[in-house]
Amino acid sequence: MSPILETRGLSRSFHGLRAVHDVDFALEAGEIRALIGPNGAGKTTFVSMLIGRLAADAGQVIFEGRDITALPDHRRVALGMAYTFQITSVFSRLTAAENVALAARRRLGGDRAAVAREVATALERTGLAGQGEVAAEDLSYGHQRLLEIAMGLAQHPRLLILDEPTQGLAETEIAAFKALVRDLAGQTTILLIEHNMAVVMELAHRITVLNFGEVLAEGTPAAIRADRAVQEAYLGTEAAHG
Amino acid sequence: MDFGPHLMLALLEGAVLAAVLALMASGLSLVFGVMRVVNVAHGEFYMLGAVVAWAVADLVGGGPAVGFIAALILAPLIVGGLAAAADMTILKRIDYDPERTIVATIGLLYVIQQLTLMGYGPEARPVAPPFNTRIALPWIEWGAGGPSVYFPWGLSTTSYKLFVIGAAAALILAIRLVLLHSKAGLVMRATQLDSEMATAFGIPVERVYAAVFGVGAGLAALAGVLIVPIQQAHYLMGGEALLLSFIVVIIGGLGSLTGTIVAAVLIGMSDGIISVFFSPTLAKILATLLVALVLVFRPQGLFGARER
Amino acid sequence: MRASLALHLGLVAVLFALNFVLPAYAHGNIARVMTLAVYAIGYNIAFGYTGLLSLGHAMFFAAGMYGAGLLLRFTDAGAVAAFGVALACGAGLALVTGLLALRTAGVSFMIVTLMFSQACALAILYFAEYTRGDEGFVIAAASRVVAGHDLGDAQVRYLAAWALFSAAFLFSLWLVNRPMGKVLVAIRENEPRARLLGYDTFRLKLGALVISGMVSAASGAGYGLFFGYAGASFAGVQYSIFPLLWVLLGGAGTVIGPFLGTLFMFYLIDLSSGITDAYMLIAGVALIGLTLFAPQGIAGELRRRAWRGLP
Repeated sequence: MSPILETRGLSRSFHGLRAVHDVDFALEAGEIRALIGPNGAGKTTFVSMLIGRLAADAGQVIFEGRDITALPDHRRVALGMAYTFQITSVFSRLTAAENVALAARRRLGGDRAAVAREVATALERTGLAGQGEVAAEDLSYGHQRLLEIAMGLAQHPRLLILDEPTQGLAETEIAAFKALVRDLAGQTTILLIEHNMAVVMELAHRITVLNFGEVLAEGTPAAIRADRAVQEAYLGTEAAHG
Repeated sequence: MDFGPHLMLALLEGAVLAAVLALMASGLSLVFGVMRVVNVAHGEFYMLGAVVAWAVADLVGGGPAVGFIAALILAPLIVGGLAAAADMTILKRIDYDPERTIVATIGLLYVIQQLTLMGYGPEARPVAPPFNTRIALPWIEWGAGGPSVYFPWGLSTTSYKLFVIGAAAALILAIRLVLLHSKAGLVMRATQLDSEMATAFGIPVERVYAAVFGVGAGLAALAGVLIVPIQQAHYLMGGEALLLSFIVVIIGGLGSLTGTIVAAVLIGMSDGIISVFFSPTLAKILATLLVALVLVFRPQGLFGARER
Repeated sequence: MRASLALHLGLVAVLFALNFVLPAYAHGNIARVMTLAVYAIGYNIAFGYTGLLSLGHAMFFAAGMYGAGLLLRFTDAGAVAAFGVALACGAGLALVTGLLALRTAGVSFMIVTLMFSQACALAILYFAEYTRGDEGFVIAAASRVVAGHDLGDAQVRYLAAWALFSAAFLFSLWLVNRPMGKVLVAIRENEPRARLLGYDTFRLKLGALVISGMVSAASGAGYGLFFGYAGASFAGVQYSIFPLLWVLLGGAGTVIGPFLGTLFMFYLIDLSSGITDAYMLIAGVALIGLTLFAPQGIAGELRRRAWRGLP
């Protein structure tokens, strides 16, 4: 089976500093992959190049067999990728329902009934049912994060990139989020950038570790946990804290 | 008149325009540089400078020189004070939001212009220059018997016009020295770089903003005082001046003082030359289109370096 | 939804009924307000709904006015054809302007549109041979006839202005309820997010600007055809500021706001110009006051306080 997303030699520097260097990466359709690494490892730069918010200096991004390196961000989303922001970026003055509707409408167009169904489903799955008529800016921070995810779901992407989705969520919300992602497994491919190791270890089928802009290790959670290089670079401190 | 003398005359007229423009645009550029806002009422401060100069000259007796010197001191103070007050009552309250500032200063433009119309009237009024000796200029001609110097008819300037060029140059030099070498300049530059950090270091950012806005308007007023013995004071004179300043500041690179001066010389001179040989309207059409295209394709200005 | 439709259709009906009851002076004024409100409606599509703060819409208004006026001056094409040409002029100019100006945003966009508009105004003066420059020209009464009805007649003119207004008004109501209208709001609120939902925001903004320019041109053409005159002052900076003022006053991003703002400001200026020559003082004070105290405008305040779903 060919990967749904692939990068070859993907690189990007800022003022001579190599943020991401020569990364070859492949994501199988249907898997849940976690991307981890210490702060400054290049995770956000890397996914920004995947979705097209940032241009690559060198290398290719291939989605479903098609080279999308030169495509602008909106074209990539239209092809079936979706991205939820690390820093919440919802339409704050619009209602939660309208936020989700905007995400659904590009695919469904003017079919009001279908959009309404999609909105109801996405809000329901993220635990926001009943909050639909609240302006996004009046939602709690955790709920805004969930709204981001609802907007991702409503697009029915074949690849969903979640950038630090559990940051700022309460314990119960994290539990609900994990259930949601497990539920999605098999329907869509998920690339998860996450700091919360418990979430990563529990959800990911495979983990890719970035360090200093390069792939340090890749494997199953158990393999990554056992990997000495990873422990030194990254998990050492985490493990010490339990 | 032959082509040569004609060109020289155009260059001289252009230099006067360039000098006044450089002074006025420096004010606009300073305000944008430090406060990151565009002051659309800038042309009205220039107009107010001219009108105040007329009023002062009218009130103060003792000959044109006394009135002119009084205007040169009073006009920037009065206009700068007004501008600082406008900054504190209006711009501060909308938190210097760039777009809302433009809308508010458009409002300010009409308020100043229309109040001037009510108080001062629709007439254009002259102010006598403090001195105005006509200076005939020589030209060299290569005839059959070698080069000969003669004074073509119509090729002349006045001592006052030369003074305007000199005064504007001196004032601009003074601004540069103040900005680069004084404590006030240091405070301004610190505020420009990072206003939050400046606040943290105890710089009264709000007062710096009011002062910068006042100084910017004061420079426009000075330009107005200098020009009024050449052009008469009129309540609508700000519009054209504002447009030219915009052109200069944008082509020179928003917020760059050096670029502003280079562009003022370029625009002032070429406007003089183009207006003498072609239609001034066509010259303005080309200049406005150039500005738009510079903003679209080279937002750092023709002379500015790309920022970060 | 139903209440909003009732409100907007109600306004259209009231304006129609006013044709038969208003005294002559007010009758003429309301015809003028309706024609100018079309301009405000066009401006609102760019500024109010899409967040494109243009300072150069006078060029689109003038494109309509001169597109229609010059055609009637030099050919015998007829008023209907002239109106069609005017729309094409407005849309075409907006397309060219948009392709360039939309590469910038915010303050740069404001200045670029201002400069383009200034260049257009100067071009009208430069080609004085055809446009008669500052003086402008009268659009002959004989050419201002639609299907045998003389637009110079007060009744016909009122109804023509009403028809133009109603068409633009209901069109904008329809547009903002379409998926496209909703995405325009999304672009206004958060453009990078809209792009990452897969919307080609450049094309959508360009579309909004072309529609806005076309509606503004319809107003300019209507003004020229109804009142029989085309002049360079309609291309000046002041006519770029007016729709901004009307829309801010009435409520940016509301369908009914542009009409309310045009109506109020028209009468404010009409009343004050009876007292002083400096009537633009009112406009200046209003701009500052609105920026400081009521950035939402009349209809925006209504939406905030009482009627959340007002489109």
